[in-house]
Amino acid sequence: MTLSTGLNHIATANELTKIVNENENVMVCCGRMGPMCIPVYEVMEEIQDKYSHVKFFDMAFDSPEAHIIRNLPECKTFAGLPFTVYYKNGKVAKATSSIQNMDQVTSILDKELNS
Amino acid sequence: MENYFDVIVIGGGPAGLTSGIYLSRAKLKTLILNEGAAGGQMVLTHEVANYPGIESISGYQLSRNMRKQAEKFGCLVKSNIKVTNLSLSNDVKSVEINGSETFFAKSIILATGGKSRTIGAKGEETFKGKGISYCATCDGDFFQDKNIIVIGGGNSALEEAVSLTKFASSVTVVHQFDHFQAFESAVSEAKANPKINFIMESEIQEFIGNEKLEKAIIKNMRTGEISTKEIDGAFILIGYVPNTESLKGIIELNNKNEIITNDLMETNISGVFAAGDSRAKRYRQITTSVSDGTIAALSAADYIEKQKEEILV
Ligand SMILES: Cc1cc2nc3c(=O)[nH]c(=O)nc-3n(C[C@H](O)[C@H](O)[C@H](O)COP(=O)(O)OP(=O)(O)OC[C@H]3O[C@@H](n4cnc5c(N)ncnc54)[C@H](O)[C@@H]3O)c2cc1C
Repeated sequence: MTLSTGLNHIATANELTKIVNENENVMVCCGRMGPMCIPVYEVMEEIQDKYSHVKFFDMAFDSPEAHIIRNLPECKTFAGLPFTVYYKNGKVAKATSSIQNMDQVTSILDKELNS
Repeated sequence: MENYFDVIVIGGGPAGLTSGIYLSRAKLKTLILNEGAAGGQMVLTHEVANYPGIESISGYQLSRNMRKQAEKFGCLVKSNIKVTNLSLSNDVKSVEINGSETFFAKSIILATGGKSRTIGAKGEETFKGKGISYCATCDGDFFQDKNIIVIGGGNSALEEAVSLTKFASSVTVVHQFDHFQAFESAVSEAKANPKINFIMESEIQEFIGNEKLEKAIIKNMRTGEISTKEIDGAFILIGYVPNTESLKGIIELNNKNEIITNDLMETNISGVFAAGDSRAKRYRQITTSVSDGTIAALSAADYIEKQKEEILV
């Protein structure tokens, strides 16, 4: 199950764990090809080159493997797609739910995942 | 000359993208500057079933198709930018983006569209994505067997209230007037649904919760009575506002902050045109935006042609 975005996809929970452990800064947008998610993927696609110290991925919310994101304590109150998680040194640095714009995403990246 | 264009289109929804298609096909050097994702409100539409010639398509796919078509003819599209300065009064107009780069053009088309209206109640921003949603199709399934409210009284509020009964155990429509603004068919369908009840002549004063939304404080506008309703979710579906905040004092707007144009999409400033939902008009649809975008592009092309002739005379 993959999303038709221009981002790299994460298919399994193991893959996500490996990526998070092997990279200092990771941003994962877990969603669907729906109205609230597409703008977030597009922001990520747009800034991939500028934030070369961050690895950007998407993950399909409806895949059973996405339990790893859906069940994060940081996401337990979320009730809006997508669930976007920012990881620093293997740990969740920030998580947001629902649509986010360029300013919101970059301000989190600048604050939480600076190089 | 890299930053000089014949036309700059501000806004990349259906109106702006259509202008881009027409202008670049006419070999005019065209730039579309868009604040969010290209496609505008179209991207927010799960299924577009009223675009002539296409039985059904996702808003996302239609947006992609329009963008690709504009780019194929040479139109440059920049998304996720912020317009930080706009100067329209001279013959050469200028648009600064992200506080750093400036583009110049002979003509400008304003196609900034609109966005969902927020109610501005206390707690609304805090619980966005944690119980408060503006898209029933996107977030409805988070509210399986839950109690929710829908705020609004137009067609989309009542239609979405009905669709949310697929998930929720109860849906309460909270509306500020004693009657609905929706079509009779939408009203009767909602009234006939046993899961839906109504709180009329009332407004939300505050959303309350700990980590997620738990309660809404509701005020009856006629009696002044305040009540508290325990809820798991709130869908705010109260229409739209035009994206013209940054145009105030620059271009003529009406009392609803919509851009005033004539039939040729001309604004009060020579060489500046407007198209789509940001304009004062009655019907706001993809087709009407596409039509506006076409007219604005043809008017802008005509304006540029006449300018050339004036210089030659
Ligand atoms: C949930 C939903 C469902 C809908 N369903 C349908 C449907 O089924 N069929 C139908 O015909 N219509 C539908 N509509 C209406 C339709 O989407 C709109 O009428 C249409 O998109 C308006 O087009 P537009 O180009 O004028 O503006 P928009 O689509 O609003 O696009 C404007 C663009 O301009 C950008 N912008 C705003 N300000 C600036 C600025 N200062 N600088 C740069 N860019 C800026 C915005 O980010 C946006 O991308 C729906 C709308 C919604 C919200």
